[in-house]
Amino acid sequence: MTMISKNSNSSSKWREILRSRTLFVWLLITPAALFMFLIVGWPLLETIRLSFTNAGLGGEQYIGWENYEKLLNNRKYPAIVGRTFYWMFLSVLLKMVIGTAGALLLNAKIRGKATFRVMVMPPWIVPMAIGCIGWLWLYNGHFGILAGVLMRLGIIDGPFEFLAYKSSAFYSAVVTDVWIGTPMIAIFILAAMQSVPDDLYEAAYVDGASRWYRFRRITIPQIMPVIVTMSLLSAIWTFNSFEVIWILTEGGPRGATTTMIIDTYKMAIANYKFGYGATRALMVVLSLAVFSLLYLILLNKVNERYKTK
Amino acid sequence: MGKYTLLQKTGLYLAMTVFMTFILLPFLEMFMASLRPLEHLFRSPYQFWSNDMSFQAYFDIWNTVPMLARYIFNSVFLASVTTALCLSFVIPAAYAYARFHFKGKSVTLGLFLAVNMFAGAVLLIPLYKLLRSMGLLNTYAAMFVPGAAFLVPTGIWLLKSYLEKIPIELEESAWIDGASRIYILRKVVIPLAVPGLIVVGVATFIGAYAQQFLFAITFNQKREFMPLPAGIFEFVGYQSVIWNQLMAASIVGIIPVLLIFLFLQRYLVEGLTKGALKG
Repeated sequence: MTMISKNSNSSSKWREILRSRTLFVWLLITPAALFMFLIVGWPLLETIRLSFTNAGLGGEQYIGWENYEKLLNNRKYPAIVGRTFYWMFLSVLLKMVIGTAGALLLNAKIRGKATFRVMVMPPWIVPMAIGCIGWLWLYNGHFGILAGVLMRLGIIDGPFEFLAYKSSAFYSAVVTDVWIGTPMIAIFILAAMQSVPDDLYEAAYVDGASRWYRFRRITIPQIMPVIVTMSLLSAIWTFNSFEVIWILTEGGPRGATTTMIIDTYKMAIANYKFGYGATRALMVVLSLAVFSLLYLILLNKVNERYKTK
Repeated sequence: MGKYTLLQKTGLYLAMTVFMTFILLPFLEMFMASLRPLEHLFRSPYQFWSNDMSFQAYFDIWNTVPMLARYIFNSVFLASVTTALCLSFVIPAAYAYARFHFKGKSVTLGLFLAVNMFAGAVLLIPLYKLLRSMGLLNTYAAMFVPGAAFLVPTGIWLLKSYLEKIPIELEESAWIDGASRIYILRKVVIPLAVPGLIVVGVATFIGAYAQQFLFAITFNQKREFMPLPAGIFEFVGYQSVIWNQLMAASIVGIIPVLLIFLFLQRYLVEGLTKGALKG
């Protein structure tokens, strides 16, 4: 598509040359491709191989499907999978809703909007581990500002340790994850809003359309492609989110925040069960692949329906 | 087109305040905690302001964790090397995808993008083996090599959409004049792509800086190579946490990246979004 330019002689010749020189193209791509194979491709293959072994600190032996059978018969594993998807859906939903609302605010023509657009970025650009340290103190039941304010307001009677109870720890981790993920989504949706041609709004305004109507009928359809793409990307990142949970709770209390990625890390790194850990790692990859595929298929269906209308 | 009424304006500012509070509260809390003496931190009920606040913790951190300055340097250094390594793979590949048609284009591009599905945490064991067999464990490379790899796909995607917007005519005329392909890439394409390269570079740098933790705690045991997000946990002892200094060190640690961001933010926010969306 980029090749479409003037139909002059020189450009058609240039295009021909560009097309014919596949060698040059592969020369450009090969370094990146080899690098990705080395750091992602080979480790993936090795993970598959390891998943059929009992690799640990004491060497490894081929054991067939034993790890898989063990995992499928593990009573606790379905809960971890369920929790991971719940974590992903909840966190992504909140990120998209708050991100879109944030983008709308940042897009409004009010004084100081340039400053606000800068102020929204820190959670994204600061190292995740350091952002989480701030939240760690916020969630402190005795001395953090959240418990402090809630106590002053009389909503809670005494100190409340946000990270000490199963469900409050889970939702606290979700909030922190949303905090990290929202700025980027807000900025991308903001950009999508700004790329909507002004004359669309002007025409609607002249026709007497209300602000709400313009938002529903112009903004939303125009930013939909970005929302759809960002949702998928965000879902993948959220599914794989490691730092937030690890720093806040290490998967606790009593497993309440153990998602598949935390579970995999614990099994492989903390317990040195490399083979069994590899099986769990593959479940993460498989779940994400299935989810992404379903998402894209669904998306295609929706798109087709819109087209035929 | 439709000015806001006073009511709408108030509502907007109110909503903005709520939104910004959510975004900035952890930083505010971090800063406030860094100003309190340690004994005061463990005082209940919560006090927002008190007279014994001081910047003392900002002086003490360098004694409590003597390597702190080194950790901060390591963070910036690692992020820079990661970015350089990443871009050296991204630039040629993005150029290829932006300018040429070839068999397997969409398949290979799809494969690159699919890498986004793999978190580093999933591949830790084989990566550990790989780095060990290359003799890279406990070096800077143990962190920047895998770090760069996971930033390559997004880099290609972002830069590709930039390069596609550079008019092709200039390259054509250089070609007619007898310039070689490499010469065209170096002297025509790259200079024109500088704004895009800055955006991709800064985005990569931020990604590299933000994600320093997992590889650092897994592939490196040597303190002299540790980046700040890993080293900062030295303030967390087995018995107690020196909270005020932990917060002070966090604030100090995010200053470099905040400065870089403030310096380049106009480029970044505008460029990142426009490049990514209109490609």
